[in-house]
Amino acid sequence: MNIKIISRTISSILFLEAIMMLPSLIWCFIDREWDVIASFVVSVSLICLAALLLRLFSRHANDNFQAQEGFLTVALSWIVISAMGALPFFISGQIPNYVDAFFETVSGFTTTGASILSDVESMSRGLLYWRSFTHWLGGMGILVFALAVMPSSKTGSGKLYLMQAESPGPSVGKLTPRLHTTAGILYGIYVVLTLLCILFLVMGGMPFFESLCTAFGTAGTGGFGVKNDSITSYSPYIQNVCTIFMLLFGVNFNIYYLALLREGKSILRDEELRLYLFIFLCATGIIAWNIRSMCLSWEDSLRHAAFQVSSIMTTTGFCTTDFNLWPPLSKAVLLCLMVLGACAGSTGGGIKTVRVTLMSKILRRDILKTLNPRSVVLVHMNGRQVEESVLRGVSSFIAAYIILVGGSFLLVSADGISIEGSMSAVLACINNVGPGLAEVGPMSNFQELSEPVKLVLAGDMLLGRLEIFPLLSIFSRHAWNRRM
Amino acid sequence: MKILIAGDGKVGMALTHELVREGHDVTVIDSNMNALRMDLGRYDVMTVNGNAAALNTLREAGVEQSELLIAATSADETNILCCLTARSLNKNLHTIARVRNPEYTEQLFTMREYLGLSLSINPEFSAAREIFRLLQFPGFLRRETFAKGRVEIVELKIPEGASLQNVALNNLYKIAGVKVLVCAVSRQGKVEIPNGSYVLRAGDHVYVTARAINLAQLIKNLKIETQKIRHVILVGGGRISYYLAELLLGTGVRVKIIEKDPDRAARLAELLPKASIVLGDGSMQSLLESEGVYGADALVTLTGMDEENIVISMFAHTVGVRKVITKVNRQEFSYIFNDMIGSVVSPKELCSSEIVRYVRAMQKQTGQVITLHRIANEGAEALEFNVDDEVQWCNTPLKDVPLKQGVLISCITHKGKTVIPDGSSVFQKGDTVIAVVTSGRVIQQMNDIFEE
Repeated sequence: MNIKIISRTISSILFLEAIMMLPSLIWCFIDREWDVIASFVVSVSLICLAALLLRLFSRHANDNFQAQEGFLTVALSWIVISAMGALPFFISGQIPNYVDAFFETVSGFTTTGASILSDVESMSRGLLYWRSFTHWLGGMGILVFALAVMPSSKTGSGKLYLMQAESPGPSVGKLTPRLHTTAGILYGIYVVLTLLCILFLVMGGMPFFESLCTAFGTAGTGGFGVKNDSITSYSPYIQNVCTIFMLLFGVNFNIYYLALLREGKSILRDEELRLYLFIFLCATGIIAWNIRSMCLSWEDSLRHAAFQVSSIMTTTGFCTTDFNLWPPLSKAVLLCLMVLGACAGSTGGGIKTVRVTLMSKILRRDILKTLNPRSVVLVHMNGRQVEESVLRGVSSFIAAYIILVGGSFLLVSADGISIEGSMSAVLACINNVGPGLAEVGPMSNFQELSEPVKLVLAGDMLLGRLEIFPLLSIFSRHAWNRRM
Repeated sequence: MKILIAGDGKVGMALTHELVREGHDVTVIDSNMNALRMDLGRYDVMTVNGNAAALNTLREAGVEQSELLIAATSADETNILCCLTARSLNKNLHTIARVRNPEYTEQLFTMREYLGLSLSINPEFSAAREIFRLLQFPGFLRRETFAKGRVEIVELKIPEGASLQNVALNNLYKIAGVKVLVCAVSRQGKVEIPNGSYVLRAGDHVYVTARAINLAQLIKNLKIETQKIRHVILVGGGRISYYLAELLLGTGVRVKIIEKDPDRAARLAELLPKASIVLGDGSMQSLLESEGVYGADALVTLTGMDEENIVISMFAHTVGVRKVITKVNRQEFSYIFNDMIGSVVSPKELCSSEIVRYVRAMQKQTGQVITLHRIANEGAEALEFNVDDEVQWCNTPLKDVPLKQGVLISCITHKGKTVIPDGSSVFQKGDTVIAVVTSGRVIQQMNDIFEE
């Protein structure tokens, strides 16, 4: 394992993080909050110092960059940027406990949106901006961002592993021959969609600062709001804008690239997109019917149902109403949607629609094979045969997912909250949703949990965002072995 | 530039390496998923899995947006069909196909346009021609031609006790007797561009620019190897052997081919009535001895196995065959035994540098590269440029031109007259200029060799 090249990459990522912190200062200047500015300056200098030390250590790095290095780099970068990103919250004293600040930052970068703050509105705007901006960075991935902005190396060997480890989905394909351009296109689409979202929110009369933060939360499918009651108090128009944009950011970004190339046919034929929209419509229908007695009108129940389904399915976690009070059927539908998640290659979390599709195809094949042992059955997706290694990856991902959910559930339930509360907390974190049910429902937060449990949940968020294996690889003895 | 490479074999891989390094957008097509996965890990390329000659695969690889297709799969027919199909999808596409079967040579020549080929490459024939040129002047380890064959850069090794030993380059003219320029020296694996006070030592590999008509004189004055090659043994009877034997027999050299496959030996005997064909295993010492290895002037190893070729060449070298040429496909470890196997010829390298040259010429830039040769084990490049309006420092004496570190202008051709330049020489519009550059930097056009 080439520790020096890993350090060098992480040091670049840290520099990038320091630069990304700077826009928050604008809001501090406007509000004349000098102590918050000081805390940002101290944090930025600490990050730069760490980055410089790493750069110094990795002076004579050779370019040997393979799968091992790729996965370790991604896993370590995410832990390091979360630990460093928590500094402004902690130093400014607005989140006095470092574990809490770490939880909040991990929740930001992993686009979970689970918060420990009971009164968001009392926080200063600079910090709120940074908190929402972590969503935006984490949504598409900070290493993909680095690939997009940094000049591509001549051979670019091994850099694909970075993207594979950070981007969600069972198999990551390139859009163009050069990784640099692929990452650039993905971020281009992301930026344009975010700007559109901001525009529509501002047109609905939302103040500029709030629309920025809400748009970041929507784009990264994060869910940090700037109000204590999330989106509840905004107008129906703004709620509908959020519904649509959350849904858009939950779609595989390759679809938008195909749209740019005007390949309408292959978009319509995309199995994952069709299933995703089908589930959205079904779930909205079921919930709207189920909560009709609690709402004033059909329009009202449909709007709440659509918003909540879109928010939970794309693992954003905004809310327009306290769905904790909804009937059990609706809550069960939402829990299932949490696990299901958005499309691969989007900013959303969860198991991903494509994996569920593939899993059901694997099951169908295995049933056929039991009945007819000599039959040869291939699994197809969008008219192409899916490689056996991808199928194996899907099966082992789901197995690892179940084991991790079970283990975390045991640990979290030690805290003494209700079964519903602990189960939904684990699911909300590992799927990067944010709010769960009962004690951790949409109108309450994670403040009351003990510190070890918060760390377990923060770990779950990272596992969920990086899709388990890159993070687990840190704990493998083989990852740290010298390559022979 | 967007380039498609069909076939991820030896040549495909070498091309991918080169073209990615030069900054092109490369997409590789192959039907073998495992080969592609290897590539994805090593190079920044896109891969498409499928039959390269099929319409769907080519579409998926983006043939409509590409500028060049290189078909280098193992089958000639696939390559031609691939180019034909691709050309029907994209009229402006340049296509290069590797076609090796000698039976197709003629129709390729006459039907190139009809088949949609911009260039067809036969690595075996290129290799045979290369070996033939080396056998013409056995004293040189390698020869690269420039300026339509008027200028060559030759490699020679300075043996112990030679007249060139301990000579400073300033005094070279006194010994050589003709005007030549030492453009690169490889000493213990390190390649340098020497200046006038550089002193040559035994064991150095020296790269000399000389006019082609002066080569015979140079050989004579340096007292390296003057005797002509008259008896050649070829070990292995593949396509290269066939092409090479034809070339050699044409100039009256006696050729003996050792081949162990009876069918192939019989076929060679039919095709080459003037050559003597021996059926037997060329890697057996006793056979080589009984077939007269001691009496041969030159031995060329051309079997399909690199290891076998290297061992046979080392043996021939030890028993004192004057000129040994070894065909090596994979050059990865070749530096270990370079001194023991004489000249090395690699069909894969020849083929890929021929294509790289085509690609560079396609990018119609100022100060276009018209010829490119890798010398000194890829440690340096010799490039030939066209001087046009955009080129800087025209009509400036060379001593005042700010060249980059590690660049040397080694020849100027002015109106068909070649000049080995000195400090007062100038180049003008319409000339061609040969520059030697130590590798590591990619030179795309002539202005790249000057300091900013």
